[in-house]
Amino acid sequence: MNIDIYDKLTILSDSAKYDVACTSSGIDRSGKSGGIGNTAKAGICHSFSADGRCISLLKVLMTNVCIFDCKYCVNRVSNDLVRVGFTPTELAELTINFYRRNYIEGLFLSSGVIHSPNNTVEQMIKTLELLRNVYRFGGYIHVKAIPGADNELITRLGYLADRMSINIELPSQESLKLLAPNKTKESILRPMGLITSKIQESSTELVKFRHASKFVPAGQSTQLIVGATPDTDHKILTLTEGLYRKYHLKRVFFSAYMPVAEHTLLPSVDLKPPLLREHRLYQADWLLRFYGFEAKELLDEQNPNFNLQVDPKCNWALNHLEKFPLEINKAPYELLLRVPGIGVTSAKRILTARRSGPIDFSGLKKLGVVLKRAQYFITCKGKIMEGLKITSDGAIRALMAASPEYKFPSPHPEQLSLFNEPLLTREDVQQCLTGQI
Amino acid sequence: MPDRTDLIYAYDGSFEGLMCCVFESYTQKEIPGVIRPPGIQPSLFDTAKWIESDKHKADRVFNSIPLKISSQAQELVKLGFLTCAPDKELLIYHFLRLGFKYGSKVMTMLTNDTVCSLQKAVRYLTSESHRFKGFVRFSAYGEVLVAVIEPKNFVLPLLSLHFCDRYPNEAFMIYDKTHSAALIYQSQKAKLMFIDELTLPEVDNTEVEYRRLWKQFYQTIAIEGRNNPRCRMNLLPKRYWGQMTEFAKGDKEIISIDFL
Repeated sequence: MNIDIYDKLTILSDSAKYDVACTSSGIDRSGKSGGIGNTAKAGICHSFSADGRCISLLKVLMTNVCIFDCKYCVNRVSNDLVRVGFTPTELAELTINFYRRNYIEGLFLSSGVIHSPNNTVEQMIKTLELLRNVYRFGGYIHVKAIPGADNELITRLGYLADRMSINIELPSQESLKLLAPNKTKESILRPMGLITSKIQESSTELVKFRHASKFVPAGQSTQLIVGATPDTDHKILTLTEGLYRKYHLKRVFFSAYMPVAEHTLLPSVDLKPPLLREHRLYQADWLLRFYGFEAKELLDEQNPNFNLQVDPKCNWALNHLEKFPLEINKAPYELLLRVPGIGVTSAKRILTARRSGPIDFSGLKKLGVVLKRAQYFITCKGKIMEGLKITSDGAIRALMAASPEYKFPSPHPEQLSLFNEPLLTREDVQQCLTGQI
Repeated sequence: MPDRTDLIYAYDGSFEGLMCCVFESYTQKEIPGVIRPPGIQPSLFDTAKWIESDKHKADRVFNSIPLKISSQAQELVKLGFLTCAPDKELLIYHFLRLGFKYGSKVMTMLTNDTVCSLQKAVRYLTSESHRFKGFVRFSAYGEVLVAVIEPKNFVLPLLSLHFCDRYPNEAFMIYDKTHSAALIYQSQKAKLMFIDELTLPEVDNTEVEYRRLWKQFYQTIAIEGRNNPRCRMNLLPKRYWGQMTEFAKGDKEIISIDFL
């Protein structure tokens, strides 16, 4: 069968698209004369696909041939598919030609496991060596480490790439056993630990020798599937926090489970992907990385899943009203970050602006604070915002403290009254905060 | 110093010219209500005062900024001039007045209307230029790469560093249709020039083939079950689509555009 590059690209990008990571961030590297390509610390998005996701890298598989049989994966050996593979030369040429036209920021290379993990990694190394040494490509390369490959090979791969990742996919040992019989927690965490220690080793060497080559300079990442198994948000978030702390990962990505396979052990194929749940997890992930939150502050055994109506930060604030209202002109940075409607940028601006004089509500608006949310939680020069209906003490506190259940209106008919203040429910407060009214 | 709202300065539209307006205002002890670049129709009875560009005067103003205010303020003024804010001249002028009065503190006065507006305009410029680092699409004409963009702000000076560093061995041109300007990079040297119109020749087969491959990749990489046209529109507004390969209407395939 004669398959050209066009068909290969179609098949191998189609199989790679369920990997959500497409970032090109984490490293600033300037171009070299005689070569092509540089990288930018913040990463650069080159396009956005119809699903609203950033396209930064040419995301493809080396091959979709796979000897494994993970139930949730399109490329599992038991799935009836056309199997193809790029040669290292084809892929390197395609990457360079896309890069020259500024279509992409670099390459995201993953692969099915062909013959053996070692054999697969060798193919990937060949491609990257071609790019780095022959084409002198200085753009971004994200490569997936293949679980089960030898340490020596993983190490070689890591010196050619900017970022490396190993997808955990399923957040618990039980789920793994059930759906990915060829993988174990050990087979995933071992290479992850190897990469972590190599990164640390390499950065201490860099202190000693300025020109020592860098191992995975943009750090390590991973992906967790959300919604394929009964694992709770609490479990996922605690695992995420552990990965940041123990393995020093740069990013943990979440992927709402897309039913791509029919199997008795999986949710039905008619299931809608839990996109909102995925969104909440990302919000919480941000809180862990930039806002100084800990997983245990956001969720616990009693409340193992995120509230889909309110974002995690707002939810935390509603449960900790005793910490509010906060005086904008006095509060330290860490506490400003805890106010719904104030983000990292606006908190920093508040600190800057405070140096030249006290800030009032109209000033806050100019700094980019979302007053619609923040107003319930702050004071400026000791005053709450004018015309504020719900004060942050009193009403909300009473409502929130009572019980986690909503206060439903009394089931008995009541005499209508013109002047009675309507009873505020938790729902009202939530709607206020989410901006629905 | 009299604040005469009827006083109009007209200048040649160059950065030097604007610095000379500042110089004139301080030496004459007057505050202009309008600083007008060329190409704007004067109203019926206005008698604008023409401010001649003078390198010496401009340098005096520009070099005094880091000394009397701060080097960040100098950078802000330089960038401010590239923005598409309709009143950028007055914004920069009033910012400098504040700066000369309050010194480096002006950079912390974020709740001041002038400072806030100027910073906002500059943020728009830098974020647009960051977007273009990704959205610029080159086509190969023989050995030369050519891209066309239609930015709102004058982003070419900001893009220059990035692309020259990225393609040190290529010869390329980025043509800014909005401002009729082009960034040309050839044998390790970059220059910026004004070009009224640009006509491009037909592309060869290799180019057509790579465009086809890219469009196919673009289509394939989207996950159908997550289709979200509104999210895409926020991140990649339609005004960029016109010059992007993946949205160009090809011979056979026409990308379905979801209106929402």
